[in-house]
Amino acid sequence: MTGMEQDHLVSVIVRDEPRVLTRITALFGRRAYNIKSLSVGSTEHPGLSRMTFVVTGNRGIVEQAMKQLEKLIDVVHVIDHSLEKFVDRELLLVKVHITNDTRVEVRHIAEDFRARIVDVGRHALTFEVTGDEGKITAFIEQMRPFGILETMRTGRVALTRGSNADIPSHIYHDGETAALKSPTQTALLPREQDAQTVENLF
Amino acid sequence: MTQQADMSGAKALWHTLAAHGIDTVFGYPGGAIMPVYDALTYYPDIRHILARHEQGAIHAAEGWAKATGQIGVCIATSGPGATNLVTGLADAMMDSVPLLAITGNVARHLIGTDAFQEADITGITLPITKHNYVVQDPDDLPRIVAEAIRIARSGRPGPVLVDIPKDVQLAAFGGELVAPHADPGRLAPDPQAIQAAVTLLQTAQRPVLMVGGGAQGAAAEITAFARAWQIPTVTTLMGLGAFPASDPLWLGMPGMHGSVAANRAISEADVLIGVGLRFDDRVTGRVKDFARHAQIIHVDLDAAEIGKIVRTQVSVRADAASAAQALSEAATPYVHPEWTAQIQTWKARDQQGSPTAWGAGSAVRQVVERLRPDDILSTDVGQHQMLAAQLARFEKPRRWITSGGLGTMGFGFPAAIGAALAEPQVTSVIIAGDGGFQMTAQELATLTKYRIQNVKICIINNSFLGMVRQWQELFHERRYSEVYLGDSNPDFLKLAGAYGIEGFRADSQDNLPAAIDAWLAHPGSALLEVVVPQEHGVFPMVPAGAALHEMIETEAEASQGGSK
Ligand SMILES: Cc1ncc(C[n+]2csc(CCOP(=O)(O)OP(=O)(O)O)c2C)c(N)n1
Repeated sequence: MTGMEQDHLVSVIVRDEPRVLTRITALFGRRAYNIKSLSVGSTEHPGLSRMTFVVTGNRGIVEQAMKQLEKLIDVVHVIDHSLEKFVDRELLLVKVHITNDTRVEVRHIAEDFRARIVDVGRHALTFEVTGDEGKITAFIEQMRPFGILETMRTGRVALTRGSNADIPSHIYHDGETAALKSPTQTALLPREQDAQTVENLF
Repeated sequence: MTQQADMSGAKALWHTLAAHGIDTVFGYPGGAIMPVYDALTYYPDIRHILARHEQGAIHAAEGWAKATGQIGVCIATSGPGATNLVTGLADAMMDSVPLLAITGNVARHLIGTDAFQEADITGITLPITKHNYVVQDPDDLPRIVAEAIRIARSGRPGPVLVDIPKDVQLAAFGGELVAPHADPGRLAPDPQAIQAAVTLLQTAQRPVLMVGGGAQGAAAEITAFARAWQIPTVTTLMGLGAFPASDPLWLGMPGMHGSVAANRAISEADVLIGVGLRFDDRVTGRVKDFARHAQIIHVDLDAAEIGKIVRTQVSVRADAASAAQALSEAATPYVHPEWTAQIQTWKARDQQGSPTAWGAGSAVRQVVERLRPDDILSTDVGQHQMLAAQLARFEKPRRWITSGGLGTMGFGFPAAIGAALAEPQVTSVIIAGDGGFQMTAQELATLTKYRIQNVKICIINNSFLGMVRQWQELFHERRYSEVYLGDSNPDFLKLAGAYGIEGFRADSQDNLPAAIDAWLAHPGSALLEVVVPQEHGVFPMVPAGAALHEMIETEAEASQGGSK
């Protein structure tokens, strides 16, 4: 398992059950895989949530992490975004120090980045920016000289490009009408077969 | 199925277990599981074995599962009862034992309040179970239990814990009783992967087949495969019995205390095919040098095991039986006389090394030589375990029960009881050390309580925590720190006698055979204490961190400065 340390973007569809997040983070922790960012939200299917991770490590580490994730009963599907084109976004809140001299310049830069002002203080402006990693990083760098007071990033979220959904059709059994209605139904899926049809795992 | 009038959650639990063909459970009651124990009285066809410690109950359930290949079931109360299952769950996880653990918990409204005897057992056992549940709704019980059983048995088997709050056990059940899930069936290999494996095998000049515990259910197919291709075969500690020891192709066990033939063959192999194993560090030695000349084919059900430790040229994700069958069907005429000759030379060297001088080795040898093919041999953990693994000759699978992955002292005796209950018609022999036996010796009571007649306990008493002492001897300049037991061991015969169990003793080469005879001939379970010289090592040995080819072959070699 050699290779370069890199960021890898992975999405996981999980059953929405207690402790799912704990199970996943515990798995990462025990095997000492470092999670750089993690965002979680519900999906269009009741009972299923979607998580996007950024994991750092070489390719071997990330593949092993994905295989371990696949084994968790609550994990319905693992998506390795490096295998297909994807869109990803992150939301940043950043509070920038301003003075009477810098106020206008800071606002101009923010306009260029389509950042929105979400809060105005006597000595600071708070911006909301969304974008891919490059844009977020660039915005922070532009603001740094003025004095960044604090930041909060949501972590990346991602979807595969194109019309295919990331939840593979076999999970619906036979099409949209049979889409998952409750976690119970997910529970009865033959996991072994699922895993077999997920390609590029090793 | 139908809705049931007058049913509690607890009854729904037993109903579901019975529907799954479960007729024996091991357990220990307590406040938070009392409704389940009360409901048990309505299910007379289910036998409950009361252990003397929850750890005894869960290891017995493991022994049951290892002997039969069927799921083992154990039950405990909340808090301290549940935490006493932790070692067994970790053990079952490491050795892929199908196991269902049912625990009681405090009532739902008390969970999270640090109530009396509350412990977050699902949180505690999260990394050492395949999956676990807290049942929040009594109507969900049958579904969850059925699912838990399916998860425990399917794919790579493992332990599943179902935690049931007391009020859920008591509540009226208004849900559906469910039928068992269909047998998960076998996972067939991808034909392309088989083709790749066949192509590689056809080029092999020095092939080796390495068989692990995942192949215990595939012994017939594995044997056919090895014979069809004429591939020399090693069986790991967990794989012993998955290939008949009498076959000339068998080279013994590889790894830290493996045979010369097995370890040399792996070190020289050009193609190594591993089936149903996970390349544990006790098997590989220094990973960098493991099978350093070989291309590796790895057959495993668990995708995450493939490529985890060793680099793999061909990966076949399938169950061992299907893969072995596909491979043997593709067999081509195949001879490599030089390799075969070389291997026979190594095998001869192993045979010379068989212990004859009086000591733990010769004692274990004499005991295991008396086993019949159907007898089940369990061990505890330590020198006696490695000696038994080296010296026993298994012709059949599921006759060897040992704690491999976790190396759990105290495992062997209760596991032997579980195996004895699963197969009352065979003799269940347990070889234990004087140290490990005392970790679960209280289960002598279980033998007495259920009049279990077919357990033969052999304690190899070397007055030491022998395996630790051996390491201190080799790597810590004989500083025997906290490993001496001789000044405080009980009189094991009296201990057995206190539970009404007959005891025998031997302390020399001369009186051992007669003692073994008397012990085995005794009608009913019996204990044999073999008092052996204190400072004996297990060899061959690959020191931790060394490569397989750097093995210390004999005690003499070790004492000549093998002390690093
Ligand atoms: C529960 C547990 N505690 C500690 C150990 C570490 N350990 C491994 S072997 C061993 C010594 C076993 O001694 P004994 O049971 O007398 O068997 P012997 O090695 O003498 O055959 C110890 C302490 C262990 N494997 N399991």
